[in-house]
Amino acid sequence: MEEIREEIIHFPRVGEVAPSFEAVTTHGTLRLEDFKGSWLVLFSHPADFTPVCTTEFIAFSQAYPEFQKRGAELLGLSVDSVSSHIAWTRNIQEKTGVKVPFPIIADLSKEVSVKYGMIHPGESKTETIRCVFIIDPNQVIRAILYYPLTTGRNISEILRIIDALQTTDKYGVATPANWQPGEKVIVPAPTTAEGAEERLKEGYECVDWYLCKKSV
Amino acid sequence: MACVTPEGKPTESGKKMLNALKSGATSPEEVAKISGLPLFRVRSGLRDMVQADLVKEEEGKYKLTEKGGKFIE
Repeated sequence: MEEIREEIIHFPRVGEVAPSFEAVTTHGTLRLEDFKGSWLVLFSHPADFTPVCTTEFIAFSQAYPEFQKRGAELLGLSVDSVSSHIAWTRNIQEKTGVKVPFPIIADLSKEVSVKYGMIHPGESKTETIRCVFIIDPNQVIRAILYYPLTTGRNISEILRIIDALQTTDKYGVATPANWQPGEKVIVPAPTTAEGAEERLKEGYECVDWYLCKKSV
Repeated sequence: MACVTPEGKPTESGKKMLNALKSGATSPEEVAKISGLPLFRVRSGLRDMVQADLVKEEEGKYKLTEKGGKFIE
């Protein structure tokens, strides 16, 4: 009887410590731990010199000051070489005037891509898809986004997620659908009957005991 | 190495870090503040410069070596 073997691939998950790595980048050899103390947006793209990726790199570069304001660094990745990354980013600057200010991992060995589950064979067996890992200053993965090859990312949404996570960490609250900075946040729901009873008397803006908002 | 050339000399960003060390910085955080370079670049750059004998590290504090001192004013 033929043995059936099932390969179990572990994908990093939200709430787990980000897998460590040391990688060759356009800014020299970097380790994940070099980013400790900063928020980090680690994102992969399918290939250099491709149209959707070029629009994303322009958008990430233009938004770089916004990431810096939030104490966040950007780190790109694809399975291309450093020479290819340098040629591509120089070409972007030459053709559009936009300088790419952040490092890009040259993951020719696919070591980092595999560790982070960035290759989805259903989309492409050789390229990384458009993954985004938002990693906090303690190097814990706080959010993961996956986009297919054909859909360019929404950079404003990535900034919004960082804003939401930082607000959650600072005030111990949650954020509602489509929340934007400055809007009311959700007070964690009570976990006891007594707490539910009290909640409506606590001065929050409530729909009911389990959905109350406040300003921060 | 982003901060050290293949000939073992510091690059522009390498020199900024060496100058920061000369002016009294001893930790990556202080070097980043004085040099204006991102902390991740400083951590990686100091590692490279220790390897190239431009900088030495003792108990978490960084100092210029004699060789490193020759590359800055």
